[in-house]
Amino acid sequence: MKRDRKGLSLTFWLFSSLITLFPIYWMFCVSAKSRVELFGAPTFLIRSFFSENYWATLTNTSFQGYMFNSIVIATSNALLVTTLSLFATYALSRYKLSGKENIFFWTITNRMAPPAAFLLPLFLLYTQVFVIGDWKMFDTRIGLILLYCVFNLPFAIWTMRGVVDAIPQELDEAAFVDGASTWQVILHVILPLARPGLAVTAILTWVFAWNEYLFAATLTSVHARTITTGLAEFVTVTGTNWGQMAATAMLTLIPAIIFLSLVQKHIVAGLTFGAVKG
Amino acid sequence: MRPQSVGWLFLAPTLLILAVFGVLPFIYVLVVSFFDWNSFAADPTMRFSGVQNYRDLVFDTGFLMSLWNTLKFGVFAVASEIVLGYFLAQLFMRNFPLKGFFRTIHTLPLMIAPVAVGATWRLMTVPGLGPIPYYLDRWFGYDYLISRYAGQAFFTTVVMDVWHWTPLVTLTLLAALSSMPKEPFEQAQIDGANKLQTFWYVTLPLLKPAILSAVFIRLMDAMRTVDEVWMLTGGGPAAATRYVGLYIWRVVFPKTDYGYGSAMSLITLYLTIVLCWLLYAGLVARRDLRKPE
Repeated sequence: MKRDRKGLSLTFWLFSSLITLFPIYWMFCVSAKSRVELFGAPTFLIRSFFSENYWATLTNTSFQGYMFNSIVIATSNALLVTTLSLFATYALSRYKLSGKENIFFWTITNRMAPPAAFLLPLFLLYTQVFVIGDWKMFDTRIGLILLYCVFNLPFAIWTMRGVVDAIPQELDEAAFVDGASTWQVILHVILPLARPGLAVTAILTWVFAWNEYLFAATLTSVHARTITTGLAEFVTVTGTNWGQMAATAMLTLIPAIIFLSLVQKHIVAGLTFGAVKG
Repeated sequence: MRPQSVGWLFLAPTLLILAVFGVLPFIYVLVVSFFDWNSFAADPTMRFSGVQNYRDLVFDTGFLMSLWNTLKFGVFAVASEIVLGYFLAQLFMRNFPLKGFFRTIHTLPLMIAPVAVGATWRLMTVPGLGPIPYYLDRWFGYDYLISRYAGQAFFTTVVMDVWHWTPLVTLTLLAALSSMPKEPFEQAQIDGANKLQTFWYVTLPLLKPAILSAVFIRLMDAMRTVDEVWMLTGGGPAAATRYVGLYIWRVVFPKTDYGYGSAMSLITLYLTIVLCWLLYAGLVARRDLRKPE
C-alpha cells in the first residue's frame, strides 16, 4: 500500500517534470538540428548534434559584443546592488533613523510600476537630459547598470534586511567596545556572517539583470546592446532561421541553469522573504 | 548610540539612485502627460494641452480594447497560477525521494529570460515546425494557428505565462506553508473536521497573506507583460494579444506620440493600483468586518 503511493508520487513528479521541461527540451532539439532536418514531422530525437547553429552565434562578432555587454552589465550591476544593499540594510537595521520603515516600504514601490510607464521618460532623460558635452547616457553600459538598480536594489534590500536583522547586535557592539570603526564592523563582523544571504542575492540580481530586455532594447542602439536584444532581433529581423534562434536562446539560459543548481536550496527563502514578512 | 548621520550616509547612495532613475522619470512622465508632444507632427514642440490627452483616452477604442484584453489575460493567468501553485506547494510539503531535484526542475522556468520564454513558445507553436500544431492536427484534426485565430493566440499567451510564473507562486506558498504553526491543524483534527473543512477554515485563512502577495505580484507583472508576448505573437493576430504594455510601446516609439503615451502609462499604472486595492479591500476587509460576530 505504502509502496504504491510512493510509486504514484514518483510517477506524478516525473510526468509534471516532463511537462515543465518539454518546451526547453524542444528548443534544445531545434538548436541541434540543421535546416533540412527541421522540415517534416517534429521528432524529439537528436541523431547528430548540428553544432553549426551554436558556432554561427558564437563567432558572430556583433553577438560576441552583445554577450560581452551582458556579462559586464549583469556582473557590475550585481556587485553594485549587493554592496549598496548591504550598506542600506546595515543602516536600516542598526541606526535609529526617523521614518526608516517608510523608506523601507518605499523602496519596493519602485518595483511595482509598469516598465512601459518608465520607458519614455528614461528614453528622453537618456537622450536629452543626462548629457555631458558629446557624451550621452543613451546606449552606454553604465546607463543600464545604474537603471537596473531601480528594480534590483529593492529586491536586494528586502532580502538582505532579514539576513542583517538576524545577526545579533551584541556582536557589533562588542567590536565597537574593542575600538573597531564602523567600516571594520561591516567588513569583519557583518560581511562574513551575511555571506550566504549575499551570495543568493548577488546571483538572483545577476540573473534578473541578464534577463532584462525592454529597457535594454529601448535605451541602447549599437554599443551597449545585450544578449536578450540580440535574441529578439532574430525573430523580428531575420525571421525564420529557427535553428540559430534556438541556439542563441539556449546560450542565454545556460547561466541561469548553472546558477539555479548552485543556489537551489536557499532560493525559497531568498525569493519569498518579502512575501512571508508582509 | 552612534550618530544618525552615519546611518544616512550608508543609505544615501541607494536613495540617490532610486530618486534619479525611479522618481525623476515618474515626475517627468507626469508633466509630459499634460502636453501635446509628437516629434513627427507638423509642430514637433511641446505645447501645453491640459487634460486633452486623458480626454482622448476615454474614446480610444484601441486602447480600451487592449486594457480589456490585458485584464482578461491577467485574470485567467493569475487564477490558474494560484490554483496550480497551491497544489504543487502542498505536494512539495510531503517527503518523497529526489525532492530537491524535482524542485530544481520546477523552479527552472522562473530563471529563464522572458524573451527566451517567448522564443521557446514560438518554436513550439510555429506552423510547419512546432509540435503543438502538428500533433493537434494529426491526432485530433484540430486546426491550431495562432497567427490566425485570436482565441487560440490568447490562450497560448495564458498557457505560456502559467508555465513561466507558476514556480514563483509555488515557492511563495511553499515558504508560507513551511512556516505555518502546527497547532491549529491538530486542533481541527481533534474537533473532527474533514479535509475540506480544514482547508476552508484553517489552511486558507492562515495562507491568505501569502496568497494575496502572490496575487499582487503576479497581477502587477501580468498587467505589464511585454517581452514574452511580443516574441510569441507580436501582438497579433490583428490586435488580439496587443496587451497594454505593447500598445503603449507602439504609441511611444514608432509613432513618437510622447504626450499621449505618457498619459496612457499613468492611467495604466493608476488602474493597476486600483485593481490591487479593490482586491485587497474585497479579500481582506470583508473578512475583518465579519470578525466581531
